[in-house]
Amino acid sequence: MVLDPGDAYGVEAGLRIAEATAGEVVAISMGGEQAVDVVRKAMAMGAASGIHICDPLLAGADALTTARALAAAVRSSAAELVIACTESTDGYTGTVPAAVAELLGWPSLTFAKKLEVEGRTVLIHRQTPNGHDVVEADLPAVVTVTGGINEPRYPTLKGIMGARGRPLERLDLSGLGMDADLIAEEQGHQRVTLIQPAPQRDAGRIVEDDGSAALVIAEYLAELKLI
Amino acid sequence: MSKIWVFVELAKEEVSPISLEVMTGARGLGGELEAVVLNPQARLVTETLGEFGATTVYLGTDEAYGTHVAQPHAAVLASLVEQHRPDLLIFGATYDGRDICGHLSAQLGSTVVANATGISTAAGGFSVCSSIFGATLNVTTEVRGPTPCVLVRPKSYQAVGFGGPPPRLVEVSLPAGSPLGARRLESVVAPTSGPKLEEARVVISGGRGLQEPSNFALLDQLASQLQGAVGASRAVVDAGWVPYARQVGQTGKTVKPDLYIACGISGAMQHTVGMKSAGHIVAINRDRDAPIFKLSDLGIVGDVLKVLPALIEELRARGLEPQ
Repeated sequence: MVLDPGDAYGVEAGLRIAEATAGEVVAISMGGEQAVDVVRKAMAMGAASGIHICDPLLAGADALTTARALAAAVRSSAAELVIACTESTDGYTGTVPAAVAELLGWPSLTFAKKLEVEGRTVLIHRQTPNGHDVVEADLPAVVTVTGGINEPRYPTLKGIMGARGRPLERLDLSGLGMDADLIAEEQGHQRVTLIQPAPQRDAGRIVEDDGSAALVIAEYLAELKLI
Repeated sequence: MSKIWVFVELAKEEVSPISLEVMTGARGLGGELEAVVLNPQARLVTETLGEFGATTVYLGTDEAYGTHVAQPHAAVLASLVEQHRPDLLIFGATYDGRDICGHLSAQLGSTVVANATGISTAAGGFSVCSSIFGATLNVTTEVRGPTPCVLVRPKSYQAVGFGGPPPRLVEVSLPAGSPLGARRLESVVAPTSGPKLEEARVVISGGRGLQEPSNFALLDQLASQLQGAVGASRAVVDAGWVPYARQVGQTGKTVKPDLYIACGISGAMQHTVGMKSAGHIVAINRDRDAPIFKLSDLGIVGDVLKVLPALIEELRARGLEPQ
Protein backbone atom coordinates (compact mmCIF):
# COMPACT_ATOMS: atom_id res chain seq x y z
CA MET A 1 0.00 0.00 0.00
CA VAL A 2 1.64 3.19 -1.11
CA LEU A 3 0.51 6.73 -0.58
CA ASP A 4 2.94 9.36 -1.68
CA PRO A 5 3.31 10.38 -5.31
CA GLY A 6 6.64 10.63 -6.97
CA ASP A 7 8.69 8.04 -5.20
CA ALA A 8 9.25 4.43 -6.13
CA TYR A 9 11.06 3.45 -2.93
CA GLY A 10 7.82 2.83 -1.06
CA VAL A 11 6.38 0.75 -3.91
CA GLU A 12 9.52 -1.36 -3.98
CA ALA A 13 9.45 -1.84 -0.20
CA GLY A 14 5.82 -2.92 -0.40
CA LEU A 15 6.42 -5.32 -3.28
CA ARG A 16 9.29 -7.01 -1.45
CA ILE A 17 7.19 -7.57 1.66
CA ALA A 18 4.22 -8.74 -0.42
CA GLU A 19 6.45 -11.20 -2.30
CA ALA A 20 7.86 -12.60 0.93
CA THR A 21 4.49 -12.96 2.63
CA ALA A 22 2.20 -13.95 -0.26
CA GLY A 23 0.44 -10.62 0.14
CA GLU A 24 -0.36 -8.00 -2.42
CA VAL A 25 0.23 -4.30 -2.89
CA VAL A 26 -2.54 -1.77 -3.46
CA ALA A 27 -1.28 1.54 -4.83
CA ILE A 28 -3.10 4.63 -3.54
CA SER A 29 -2.63 8.18 -4.64
CA MET A 30 -4.64 11.34 -4.22
CA GLY A 31 -4.85 14.26 -6.59
CA GLY A 32 -5.51 15.12 -10.21
CA GLU A 33 -4.53 13.19 -13.34
CA GLN A 34 -0.89 13.21 -12.24
CA ALA A 35 -1.91 10.96 -9.36
CA VAL A 36 -3.33 8.40 -11.82
CA ASP A 37 0.08 8.19 -13.47
CA VAL A 38 1.65 7.49 -10.09
CA VAL A 39 -0.80 4.66 -9.45
CA ARG A 40 -0.26 3.23 -12.96
CA LYS A 41 3.48 3.29 -12.53
CA ALA A 42 3.17 1.46 -9.19
CA MET A 43 0.93 -1.12 -10.89
CA ALA A 44 3.44 -1.53 -13.71
CA MET A 45 6.06 -2.23 -11.04
CA GLY A 46 3.81 -4.96 -9.68
CA ALA A 47 1.01 -3.56 -7.52
CA ALA A 48 -2.06 -5.79 -7.80
CA SER A 49 -4.56 -2.95 -7.88
CA GLY A 50 -4.85 0.80 -7.53
CA ILE A 51 -7.01 3.44 -5.90
CA HIS A 52 -7.12 6.99 -7.21
CA ILE A 53 -8.69 9.44 -4.78
CA CYS A 54 -10.08 12.46 -6.56
CA ASP A 55 -12.73 14.99 -5.59
CA PRO A 56 -13.01 18.72 -6.26
CA LEU A 57 -13.54 19.24 -2.52
CA LEU A 58 -10.12 17.74 -1.88
CA ALA A 59 -8.24 20.19 -4.11
CA GLY A 60 -5.72 22.06 -1.98
CA ALA A 61 -6.51 19.80 0.97
CA ASP A 62 -4.43 20.38 4.10
CA ALA A 63 -2.51 17.59 5.80
CA LEU A 64 -5.38 16.51 8.04
CA THR A 65 -7.95 16.32 5.23
CA THR A 66 -5.45 14.42 3.09
CA ALA A 67 -4.91 12.02 5.96
CA ARG A 68 -8.67 11.55 6.39
CA ALA A 69 -9.07 10.61 2.73
CA LEU A 70 -6.09 8.26 2.72
CA ALA A 71 -7.20 6.59 5.95
CA ALA A 72 -10.67 6.04 4.45
CA ALA A 73 -9.11 4.43 1.37
CA VAL A 74 -6.91 2.21 3.53
CA ARG A 75 -9.97 1.07 5.48
CA SER A 76 -11.75 0.16 2.25
CA SER A 77 -8.78 -1.92 1.11
CA ALA A 78 -8.41 -4.10 4.22
CA ALA A 79 -4.64 -3.50 4.18
CA GLU A 80 -2.54 -4.25 7.24
CA LEU A 81 0.54 -2.25 6.35
CA VAL A 82 0.65 1.23 4.88
CA ILE A 83 3.91 2.42 3.34
CA ALA A 84 4.47 6.07 2.48
CA CYS A 85 7.51 7.99 1.37
CA THR A 86 9.03 10.83 3.34
CA GLU A 87 10.04 13.18 0.59
CA SER A 88 8.01 15.10 -1.93
CA THR A 89 8.96 18.13 -3.94
CA ASP A 90 5.98 20.36 -3.19
CA GLY A 91 4.56 21.54 0.10
CA TYR A 92 6.23 18.79 2.08
CA THR A 93 4.35 18.55 5.34
CA GLY A 94 5.53 15.32 6.82
CA THR A 95 2.60 14.96 9.21
CA VAL A 96 0.25 13.02 6.91
CA PRO A 97 1.50 9.48 7.63
CA ALA A 98 1.35 9.93 11.41
CA ALA A 99 -2.12 11.44 11.08
CA VAL A 100 -3.24 8.47 8.93
CA ALA A 101 -1.91 6.12 11.62
CA GLU A 102 -3.78 8.02 14.33
CA LEU A 103 -7.04 7.98 12.36
CA LEU A 104 -6.71 4.22 11.84
CA GLY A 105 -5.68 3.68 15.48
CA TRP A 106 -2.40 2.14 14.32
CA PRO A 107 1.20 2.84 15.36
CA SER A 108 3.46 4.80 13.03
CA LEU A 109 7.06 3.87 12.23
CA THR A 110 8.68 6.72 10.36
CA PHE A 111 11.83 7.71 8.46
CA ALA A 112 12.78 4.07 7.95
CA LYS A 113 16.10 3.50 6.22
CA LYS A 114 15.67 -0.23 6.84
CA LEU A 115 12.40 -2.16 7.05
CA GLU A 116 11.68 -5.76 8.03
CA VAL A 117 8.43 -7.59 8.63
CA GLU A 118 8.76 -10.74 10.70
CA GLY A 119 5.45 -12.47 11.41
CA ARG A 120 3.27 -9.79 12.99
CA THR A 121 6.16 -7.50 13.91
CA VAL A 122 7.47 -4.55 11.89
CA LEU A 123 11.01 -3.46 12.69
CA ILE A 124 12.71 -0.40 11.25
CA HIS A 125 15.87 1.63 11.54
CA ARG A 126 14.54 5.15 12.05
CA GLN A 127 16.78 8.00 11.00
CA THR A 128 17.83 10.35 13.77
CA PRO A 129 20.00 13.47 13.54
CA ASN A 130 23.01 11.47 14.80
CA GLY A 131 22.43 7.92 13.59
CA HIS A 132 19.38 5.72 13.93
CA ASP A 133 16.97 4.21 16.42
CA VAL A 134 15.77 0.63 16.21
CA VAL A 135 11.97 0.84 16.44
CA GLU A 136 9.34 -1.89 16.31
CA ALA A 137 5.57 -2.25 16.44
CA ASP A 138 2.94 -4.86 15.75
CA LEU A 139 0.81 -4.97 12.62
CA PRO A 140 -1.31 -3.28 11.47
CA ALA A 141 0.98 -0.26 11.14
CA VAL A 142 1.93 2.75 9.04
CA VAL A 143 5.55 2.97 7.87
CA THR A 144 7.33 5.79 6.05
CA VAL A 145 10.50 4.99 4.16
CA THR A 146 13.31 7.29 3.10
CA GLY A 147 14.94 7.45 -0.29
CA GLY A 148 17.74 4.94 -0.66
CA ILE A 149 16.08 2.23 1.43
CA ASN A 150 16.21 -0.02 -1.64
CA GLU A 151 16.92 -0.07 -5.37
CA PRO A 152 13.47 0.30 -6.95
CA ARG A 153 12.82 -2.00 -9.92
CA TYR A 154 11.99 -0.49 -13.28
CA PRO A 155 8.60 -1.32 -14.75
CA THR A 156 9.13 -3.84 -17.56
CA LEU A 157 7.09 -3.90 -20.76
CA LYS A 158 5.47 -7.08 -19.47
CA GLY A 159 4.66 -5.31 -16.22
CA ILE A 160 3.16 -2.36 -18.04
CA MET A 161 1.03 -4.63 -20.23
CA GLY A 162 0.02 -6.78 -17.25
CA ALA A 163 -1.04 -3.70 -15.24
CA ARG A 164 -3.64 -2.80 -17.86
CA GLY A 165 -5.85 -5.71 -16.89
CA ARG A 166 -5.77 -4.98 -13.17
CA PRO A 167 -8.41 -2.94 -11.33
CA LEU A 168 -7.89 0.79 -10.81
CA GLU A 169 -10.68 2.24 -8.74
CA ARG A 170 -11.51 5.93 -8.64
CA LEU A 171 -13.00 7.14 -5.35
CA ASP A 172 -14.52 10.51 -4.46
CA LEU A 173 -15.65 11.77 -1.05
CA SER A 174 -18.89 9.82 -1.06
CA GLY A 175 -17.15 6.73 -2.42
CA LEU A 176 -14.83 6.97 0.57
CA GLY A 177 -17.77 7.45 2.93
CA MET A 178 -16.39 10.81 4.06
CA ASP A 179 -18.40 13.57 5.69
CA ALA A 180 -18.41 16.45 3.18
CA ASP A 181 -19.55 18.94 5.83
CA LEU A 182 -16.65 18.09 8.14
CA ILE A 183 -14.21 18.39 5.25
CA ALA A 184 -15.66 21.75 4.22
CA GLU A 185 -15.44 23.02 7.79
CA GLU A 186 -11.88 21.82 8.29
CA GLN A 187 -10.80 23.29 4.97
CA GLY A 188 -11.76 26.64 6.49
CA HIS A 189 -9.05 26.28 9.14
CA GLN A 190 -6.40 27.43 6.69
CA ARG A 191 -6.62 30.29 4.28
CA VAL A 192 -3.76 31.15 1.99
CA THR A 193 -3.57 34.93 1.80
CA LEU A 194 -0.40 35.41 -0.22
CA ILE A 195 1.91 33.40 -2.46
CA GLN A 196 5.05 35.05 -3.68
CA PRO A 197 8.39 33.96 -5.09
CA ALA A 198 11.03 33.68 -2.37
CA PRO A 199 13.78 36.28 -2.68
CA GLN A 200 16.50 34.57 -4.70
CA ARG A 201 20.21 34.93 -4.26
CA ASP A 202 21.89 36.68 -7.12
CA ALA A 203 24.22 34.52 -9.15
CA GLY A 204 27.77 35.71 -8.65
CA ARG A 205 30.96 35.35 -10.59
CA ILE A 206 31.40 32.25 -12.77
CA VAL A 207 34.93 31.19 -13.58
CA GLU A 208 35.97 28.48 -16.08
CA ASP A 209 38.79 26.46 -14.57
CA ASP A 210 41.92 26.97 -16.65
CA GLY A 211 44.13 25.64 -13.91
CA SER A 212 43.83 28.76 -11.76
CA ALA A 213 40.54 27.91 -10.01
CA ALA A 214 42.25 26.93 -6.76
CA LEU A 215 43.93 30.33 -6.62
CA VAL A 216 40.63 32.11 -7.34
CA ILE A 217 38.93 30.22 -4.50
CA ALA A 218 41.81 30.84 -2.11
CA GLU A 219 41.71 34.57 -2.88
CA TYR A 220 37.97 34.56 -2.27
CA LEU A 221 38.43 32.81 1.10
CA ALA A 222 41.06 35.39 2.01
CA GLU A 223 38.65 38.18 1.05
CA LEU A 224 36.11 36.66 3.45
CA LYS A 225 38.87 36.47 6.09
CA LEU A 226 38.27 32.73 6.40
CA ILE A 227 41.95 32.00 5.83
CA MET B 1 -4.10 37.83 25.68
CA SER B 2 -3.41 34.86 23.46
CA LYS B 3 -1.83 31.73 24.89
CA ILE B 4 0.99 30.24 22.85
CA TRP B 5 2.48 26.86 23.51
CA VAL B 6 5.81 25.48 22.39
CA PHE B 7 6.56 21.76 22.37
CA VAL B 8 10.11 21.50 23.68
CA GLU B 9 12.57 18.75 22.81
CA LEU B 10 15.82 17.82 24.52
CA ALA B 11 19.19 17.07 22.99
CA LYS B 12 21.28 15.15 25.49
CA GLU B 13 20.47 16.93 28.75
CA GLU B 14 19.74 20.38 27.36
CA VAL B 15 16.98 22.09 25.45
CA SER B 16 17.60 21.32 21.78
CA PRO B 17 18.75 24.34 19.74
CA ILE B 18 15.63 24.29 17.56
CA SER B 19 13.35 24.45 20.59
CA LEU B 20 15.21 27.55 21.82
CA GLU B 21 14.83 29.10 18.35
CA VAL B 22 11.11 28.37 18.40
CA MET B 23 10.76 29.75 21.95
CA THR B 24 12.44 32.95 20.79
CA GLY B 25 10.13 33.27 17.80
CA ALA B 26 7.04 32.49 19.88
CA ARG B 27 8.02 35.13 22.46
CA GLY B 28 7.92 37.72 19.70
CA LEU B 29 4.18 37.11 19.25
CA GLY B 30 3.44 38.93 22.48
CA GLY B 31 1.10 36.39 24.08
CA GLU B 32 1.46 34.28 27.19
CA LEU B 33 4.22 31.80 26.38
CA GLU B 34 4.02 28.33 27.88
CA ALA B 35 6.13 25.25 27.20
CA VAL B 36 5.39 21.55 27.23
CA VAL B 37 8.32 19.23 27.80
CA LEU B 38 7.82 15.47 27.86
CA ASN B 39 11.03 13.68 28.62
CA PRO B 40 12.32 11.57 31.53
CA GLN B 41 14.90 14.35 32.05
CA ALA B 42 12.52 17.26 31.65
CA ARG B 43 13.35 18.66 35.09
CA LEU B 44 16.85 19.59 33.96
CA VAL B 45 15.65 22.28 31.57
CA THR B 46 12.83 24.15 33.28
CA GLU B 47 15.05 27.08 34.30
CA THR B 48 16.32 27.53 30.76
CA LEU B 49 12.73 27.58 29.53
CA GLY B 50 12.01 30.35 32.03
CA GLU B 51 15.01 32.31 30.77
CA PHE B 52 13.56 32.02 27.27
CA GLY B 53 10.20 33.38 28.35
CA ALA B 54 8.01 30.46 29.43
CA THR B 55 5.77 31.52 32.32
CA THR B 56 4.43 27.99 32.80
CA VAL B 57 6.06 24.68 31.95
CA TYR B 58 3.95 21.54 31.64
CA LEU B 59 6.27 18.78 32.61
CA GLY B 60 5.98 15.03 32.00
CA THR B 61 8.74 12.63 33.02
CA ASP B 62 7.15 9.25 32.27
CA GLU B 63 9.64 6.68 30.95
CA ALA B 64 7.30 6.07 28.01
CA TYR B 65 8.49 9.35 26.43
CA GLY B 66 11.86 7.71 25.95
CA THR B 67 10.86 4.12 25.29
CA HIS B 68 8.11 4.91 22.75
CA VAL B 69 7.91 7.15 19.71
CA ALA B 70 5.40 9.98 19.30
CA GLN B 71 2.18 8.43 20.57
CA PRO B 72 2.55 8.89 24.34
CA HIS B 73 3.58 12.50 23.67
CA ALA B 74 0.59 13.07 21.39
CA ALA B 75 -1.78 11.47 23.90
CA VAL B 76 -0.77 13.71 26.80
CA LEU B 77 -0.60 16.79 24.58
CA ALA B 78 -4.12 16.10 23.33
CA SER B 79 -5.50 15.99 26.86
CA LEU B 80 -3.56 19.12 27.87
CA VAL B 81 -4.74 21.04 24.83
CA GLU B 82 -8.37 20.00 25.43
CA GLN B 83 -8.04 21.27 28.99
CA HIS B 84 -6.20 24.57 28.41
CA ARG B 85 -7.07 25.48 24.81
CA PRO B 86 -3.92 27.30 23.73
CA ASP B 87 -4.39 29.55 20.70
CA LEU B 88 -1.39 28.13 18.90
CA LEU B 89 0.92 25.12 19.36
CA ILE B 90 4.38 25.35 17.83
CA PHE B 91 6.80 22.49 17.16
CA GLY B 92 10.29 22.44 15.74
CA ALA B 93 10.36 20.60 12.40
CA THR B 94 12.24 17.57 13.74
CA TYR B 95 11.54 13.87 13.23
CA ASP B 96 9.72 13.62 16.54
CA GLY B 97 8.05 17.01 16.11
CA ARG B 98 6.50 15.97 12.79
CA ASP B 99 5.30 12.62 14.11
CA ILE B 100 3.86 13.97 17.35
CA CYS B 101 2.20 16.82 15.47
CA GLY B 102 0.69 14.39 12.94
CA HIS B 103 -0.79 12.11 15.59
CA LEU B 104 -2.01 15.09 17.61
CA SER B 105 -3.64 16.92 14.70
CA ALA B 106 -5.78 13.88 13.94
CA GLN B 107 -6.89 13.64 17.57
CA LEU B 108 -7.78 17.32 17.86
CA GLY B 109 -8.97 18.08 14.33
CA SER B 110 -6.29 20.77 14.18
CA THR B 111 -4.88 22.17 11.00
CA VAL B 112 -1.10 22.00 10.51
CA VAL B 113 1.22 24.39 8.68
CA ALA B 114 4.64 22.87 8.05
CA ASN B 115 7.87 24.39 6.74
CA ALA B 116 7.14 27.58 8.65
CA THR B 117 9.84 30.22 8.63
CA GLY B 118 7.92 32.90 10.49
CA ILE B 119 4.73 33.50 12.47
CA SER B 120 2.90 36.74 13.08
CA THR B 121 -0.35 37.80 14.65
CA ALA B 122 -3.31 38.50 12.36
CA ALA B 123 -6.85 39.68 12.97
CA GLY B 124 -8.44 37.00 15.14
CA GLY B 125 -5.55 34.58 14.94
CA PHE B 126 -2.15 33.95 13.45
CA SER B 127 -0.53 34.18 10.10
CA VAL B 128 2.21 31.73 9.17
CA CYS B 129 4.84 32.23 6.50
CA SER B 130 6.08 28.97 5.05
CA SER B 131 8.50 28.04 2.39
CA ILE B 132 7.56 25.47 -0.25
CA PHE B 133 8.84 23.97 -3.51
CA GLY B 134 12.40 23.88 -2.24
CA ALA B 135 12.10 27.37 -0.73
CA THR B 136 11.30 28.96 -4.10
CA LEU B 137 7.84 30.11 -2.99
CA ASN B 138 6.77 31.86 0.20
CA VAL B 139 3.21 31.23 1.25
CA THR B 140 1.34 33.19 3.89
CA THR B 141 -1.45 31.22 5.55
CA GLU B 142 -3.97 32.35 8.13
CA VAL B 143 -4.86 29.60 10.55
CA ARG B 144 -7.92 29.18 12.74
CA GLY B 145 -10.07 26.46 14.31
CA PRO B 146 -9.12 24.25 17.28
CA THR B 147 -5.51 24.96 18.36
CA PRO B 148 -3.69 25.22 15.01
CA CYS B 149 -0.27 23.57 14.92
CA VAL B 150 2.83 24.95 13.24
CA LEU B 151 6.11 23.16 12.44
CA VAL B 152 8.97 25.66 12.28
CA ARG B 153 12.06 24.94 10.19
CA PRO B 154 15.46 24.97 11.89
CA LYS B 155 17.37 28.27 11.78
CA SER B 156 14.24 30.33 11.18
CA TYR B 157 14.94 32.30 14.35
CA GLN B 158 18.10 33.06 16.23
CA ALA B 159 17.82 31.75 19.79
CA VAL B 160 18.07 34.56 22.34
CA GLY B 161 17.26 34.23 26.04
CA PHE B 162 16.37 37.25 28.11
CA GLY B 163 16.86 36.06 31.66
CA GLY B 164 13.18 35.44 32.43
CA PRO B 165 12.30 34.17 35.92
CA PRO B 166 11.82 30.49 36.80
CA PRO B 167 8.48 29.31 35.41
CA ARG B 168 5.51 27.85 37.22
CA LEU B 169 5.76 24.06 36.94
CA VAL B 170 2.75 21.85 36.28
CA GLU B 171 3.34 18.11 36.46
CA VAL B 172 1.37 16.08 33.96
CA SER B 173 0.93 12.34 33.75
CA LEU B 174 0.11 10.09 30.86
CA PRO B 175 -3.66 9.41 30.65
CA ALA B 176 -4.38 5.84 31.73
CA GLY B 177 -4.79 3.41 28.85
CA SER B 178 -3.11 5.65 26.26
CA PRO B 179 -1.87 3.60 23.29
CA LEU B 180 1.92 3.85 23.36
CA GLY B 181 2.58 2.92 19.73
CA ALA B 182 5.98 2.02 18.32
CA ARG B 183 8.68 0.87 20.74
CA ARG B 184 12.19 2.32 20.65
CA LEU B 185 14.50 -0.63 21.32
CA GLU B 186 17.88 0.97 20.85
CA SER B 187 19.54 4.24 19.83
CA VAL B 188 22.63 3.99 17.66
CA VAL B 189 24.84 7.09 17.42
CA ALA B 190 27.16 7.27 14.42
CA PRO B 191 30.68 8.39 15.37
CA THR B 192 31.61 11.90 14.22
CA SER B 193 34.60 14.19 14.57
CA GLY B 194 35.26 17.90 14.06
CA PRO B 195 32.66 20.63 14.39
CA LYS B 196 28.97 19.73 14.15
CA LEU B 197 27.46 20.14 10.71
CA GLU B 198 24.67 22.42 11.98
CA GLU B 199 27.06 24.65 13.91
CA ALA B 200 30.17 24.82 11.72
CA ARG B 201 31.20 28.20 10.23
CA VAL B 202 32.37 26.43 7.09
CA VAL B 203 30.55 23.50 5.47
CA ILE B 204 32.02 21.57 2.55
CA SER B 205 29.55 19.25 0.86
CA GLY B 206 30.00 16.63 -1.81
CA GLY B 207 27.72 15.06 -4.40
CA ARG B 208 27.78 12.64 -7.30
CA GLY B 209 30.43 14.71 -9.05
CA LEU B 210 32.99 13.23 -6.66
CA GLN B 211 32.45 10.00 -8.60
CA GLU B 212 33.62 7.64 -5.85
CA PRO B 213 33.06 7.43 -2.10
CA SER B 214 36.82 7.42 -1.45
CA ASN B 215 37.05 10.93 -2.93
CA PHE B 216 35.20 12.26 0.11
CA ALA B 217 38.64 12.14 1.76
CA LEU B 218 39.41 15.32 -0.21
CA LEU B 219 36.53 17.05 1.55
CA ASP B 220 37.77 15.81 4.93
CA GLN B 221 41.20 17.26 4.20
CA LEU B 222 39.83 20.61 3.07
CA ALA B 223 37.49 20.69 6.08
CA SER B 224 40.43 20.16 8.42
CA GLN B 225 42.23 23.13 6.82
CA LEU B 226 39.20 25.40 7.16
CA GLN B 227 37.96 24.00 10.50
CA GLY B 228 34.77 23.08 8.72
CA ALA B 229 32.34 20.19 8.67
CA VAL B 230 31.62 17.86 5.76
CA GLY B 231 28.11 17.54 4.36
CA ALA B 232 26.61 15.64 1.46
CA SER B 233 23.80 15.63 -1.06
CA ARG B 234 20.93 13.19 -0.79
CA ALA B 235 22.12 11.30 -3.87
CA VAL B 236 25.37 10.16 -2.28
CA VAL B 237 23.75 9.45 1.08
CA ASP B 238 21.14 7.31 -0.69
CA ALA B 239 23.96 5.56 -2.53
CA GLY B 240 25.52 4.71 0.84
CA TRP B 241 28.74 6.72 0.34
CA VAL B 242 28.43 8.64 3.60
CA PRO B 243 26.18 8.32 6.65
CA TYR B 244 22.80 10.00 6.65
CA ALA B 245 23.90 12.27 9.51
CA ARG B 246 25.82 14.27 6.89
CA GLN B 247 22.89 14.92 4.58
CA VAL B 248 22.07 18.56 3.93
CA GLY B 249 18.63 19.34 2.57
CA GLN B 250 14.92 18.85 2.89
CA THR B 251 15.01 15.57 4.78
CA GLY B 252 18.51 16.17 6.10
CA LYS B 253 19.97 19.06 8.00
CA THR B 254 19.53 22.77 7.50
CA VAL B 255 22.83 24.61 7.71
CA LYS B 256 23.61 28.31 7.79
CA PRO B 257 27.41 28.59 7.79
CA ASP B 258 29.42 31.68 6.80
CA LEU B 259 30.74 29.70 3.85
CA TYR B 260 29.28 26.73 1.99
CA ILE B 261 31.39 24.95 -0.62
CA ALA B 262 29.33 22.66 -2.88
CA CYS B 263 31.57 20.12 -4.62
CA GLY B 264 30.08 18.20 -7.52
CA ILE B 265 26.52 18.99 -6.40
CA SER B 266 24.08 19.95 -9.14
CA GLY B 267 21.78 21.86 -6.79
CA ALA B 268 18.42 20.05 -6.77
CA MET B 269 15.95 22.03 -4.72
CA GLN B 270 15.76 19.24 -2.13
CA HIS B 271 19.40 20.07 -1.43
CA THR B 272 19.42 23.84 -1.79
CA VAL B 273 16.55 24.26 0.68
CA GLY B 274 19.00 23.12 3.37
CA MET B 275 21.85 25.50 2.50
CA LYS B 276 20.61 28.52 0.60
CA SER B 277 20.79 30.80 3.63
CA ALA B 278 24.54 30.30 3.92
CA GLY B 279 26.45 33.59 4.12
CA HIS B 280 28.57 32.82 1.05
CA ILE B 281 28.35 29.97 -1.43
CA VAL B 282 31.12 28.57 -3.61
CA ALA B 283 30.21 25.86 -6.12
CA ILE B 284 32.48 23.62 -8.16
CA ASN B 285 30.79 21.67 -10.93
CA ARG B 286 31.62 20.47 -14.42
CA ASP B 287 28.21 21.35 -15.81
CA ARG B 288 28.01 25.05 -16.58
CA ASP B 289 24.20 24.85 -16.50
CA ALA B 290 24.01 23.23 -13.04
CA PRO B 291 21.35 25.04 -10.97
CA ILE B 292 23.79 25.40 -8.08
CA PHE B 293 25.53 28.21 -10.03
CA LYS B 294 22.35 30.29 -9.87
CA LEU B 295 22.83 30.78 -6.15
CA SER B 296 26.62 30.75 -5.90
CA ASP B 297 28.66 33.83 -5.11
CA LEU B 298 31.60 32.15 -6.78
CA GLY B 299 31.05 29.37 -9.31
CA ILE B 300 33.90 27.29 -10.71
CA VAL B 301 33.14 25.39 -13.91
CA GLY B 302 35.62 22.57 -13.69
CA ASP B 303 36.43 19.07 -12.52
CA VAL B 304 36.08 18.92 -8.77
CA LEU B 305 38.67 16.13 -8.67
CA LYS B 306 41.23 18.52 -10.13
CA VAL B 307 40.16 21.69 -8.34
CA LEU B 308 40.01 20.22 -4.81
CA PRO B 309 43.55 18.77 -4.70
CA ALA B 310 44.84 22.04 -6.15
CA LEU B 311 42.94 24.03 -3.54
CA ILE B 312 44.26 21.83 -0.72
CA GLU B 313 47.80 22.45 -2.03
CA GLU B 314 47.17 26.19 -2.38
CA LEU B 315 45.98 26.39 1.25
CA ARG B 316 48.93 24.29 2.36
CA ALA B 317 51.22 26.80 0.66
CA ARG B 318 49.51 29.46 2.77
CA GLY B 319 50.37 27.60 5.94
CA LEU B 320 47.20 25.54 6.44
CA GLU B 321 48.20 21.91 6.87
CA PRO B 322 45.48 19.31 6.34
CA GLN B 323 45.04 16.70 9.07
